[in-house]
Amino acid sequence: MNAERPIIPKMVVRDLNFYYGKDRALKDINLTIATKMVTAFIGPSGCGKSTLLRTFNRMYQLYPKQRATGEILLDGENLLDKKQDLNMLRAKIGMVFQKPTPFPMSIYDNIVFGVRLYENLNNHDMEERVEWALKKAALWTEVKDKLKKSGTGLSGGQQQRLCIARAIAVKPQVLLLDEPTSALDPISTAHIEKLIDELKEEFTIVIVTHNMQQAARVSDFTAYMYLGDLIEFGDTSTVFTNPKRKETEDYITGRFG
Amino acid sequence: MFTLYKRRQLTNAIALSISVLTMLFGLFWLGWILFTLLEYGLPGLTSAVFTQNTPPPGSSGGLVNAIAGSLAMTLVGTLIGTPIGILAGTYLAEFGQRGWLAPVTRFINDVLLSAPSIVIGMFVYTVYVVKIGHFSGWAGSLALSILVIPVVIRTTENMLRLVPNTLREAAAALGAPQWKVISSVTLRASRAGILTGILLAVARISGETAPLLFTALNNQFWSSNMNQPMANLPVVIFQFAMSPYDDWHSLAWAGALLITFSVLSLNILARVLFRQQASTH
Repeated sequence: MNAERPIIPKMVVRDLNFYYGKDRALKDINLTIATKMVTAFIGPSGCGKSTLLRTFNRMYQLYPKQRATGEILLDGENLLDKKQDLNMLRAKIGMVFQKPTPFPMSIYDNIVFGVRLYENLNNHDMEERVEWALKKAALWTEVKDKLKKSGTGLSGGQQQRLCIARAIAVKPQVLLLDEPTSALDPISTAHIEKLIDELKEEFTIVIVTHNMQQAARVSDFTAYMYLGDLIEFGDTSTVFTNPKRKETEDYITGRFG
Repeated sequence: MFTLYKRRQLTNAIALSISVLTMLFGLFWLGWILFTLLEYGLPGLTSAVFTQNTPPPGSSGGLVNAIAGSLAMTLVGTLIGTPIGILAGTYLAEFGQRGWLAPVTRFINDVLLSAPSIVIGMFVYTVYVVKIGHFSGWAGSLALSILVIPVVIRTTENMLRLVPNTLREAAAALGAPQWKVISSVTLRASRAGILTGILLAVARISGETAPLLFTALNNQFWSSNMNQPMANLPVVIFQFAMSPYDDWHSLAWAGALLITFSVLSLNILARVLFRQQASTH
């Protein structure tokens, strides 16, 4: 979609394997995420696309018995290194989940929550940051008069945009979106897709989706996964119009999955 | 197919009648208890009950020292037990996934939860009252706090487990350390439920007699010294009801009415609060 922009690697995944207990859920994954581009992971349920995304901010470490081997380099630094500070890493790599997850506090406090962890802003700067994030997430006009109201009182689509605003308010370098629109209606989905297009001016975006049209619409690169294997990875237009592998073609044309 | 449907309808009707009947059976006794309490308690519920101390045998008086003592010991017991219960419950829910300590703690807590309260009373008698040499309000509060702890642990753990994991993940994904995730997100999301648990614990201890018999005992006079034996409603009811004096009987009924209706209102308050929590999720 953006052939005019140079492709600079942001994240490099090398020989990544992932285990749930003894089950191997990812098998020798190798791929590169380009800076300020949108990379989409597609594939049938259980193929490992969400698992792969969750290794990028080591979310799996909240759970015992889940582990990853291999390397994930963020600007050349291995994230999977034990010495890596987990909280600092997650401040650099934001994430938005399938279901909207507003915290049980006001809209303003939802956004301030992450910012306060790593920055010491005075009131004025904080208000500016909140406004900036809400504008970026195309939510400002809808909530600017009720910032003190609870975030859980918003509609589903608004809640999801609040979560996006919350994630970008900490100014991460990479934004991980885990099926961000699967719980939303078509209008909210269109909102968020438009947003993704705007956000990639500033952020590197990785999106997991089981909606192939969505991947085709929003992404620059697409990875097709099946049963823990990365089957095909490349330019979105190439993957969708001229896939190299028979399995990809079958999935995309709907003969399978 | 039609007969199959008919039979299902019949089974449904029978099951429904049985459950309605058993419900009525249970409610009948509860209604009878409340009715008896009102019948015998209301006449004794005079203004003297709230202004005068417990009387000597054969004369009239009130319950104010017992009411104050019960309130004081319930308050102190709750203040000691609640923080311990919340912290331990948080440990079980948020850190208890790995290792052996959490399952063992949970098991012991379940035992404590169903331990007869007289055992708690004897325990405090042995380790505290005997060492100090006399009964006291502190000993009573201590025994009550041991009853509060398991209830609060259990509800805190259950309420925290109701918080969806996605909320924890969302907070962690912003780079929040675990203590921050727990203190500002998960505990906050379950605060109404935890408060409900505390109220239920208060309701439970405010009617306990056995643990106080061995610890606070009783005091015929007004006493605000927690280091002295302290009057309290349950023990006063116990003593007065066993006595042969009519004045004492009517005060015992009034005290029983007071306790029952405070417990009832605490339970109703807990339900209202919990409903609020359920509707915000």
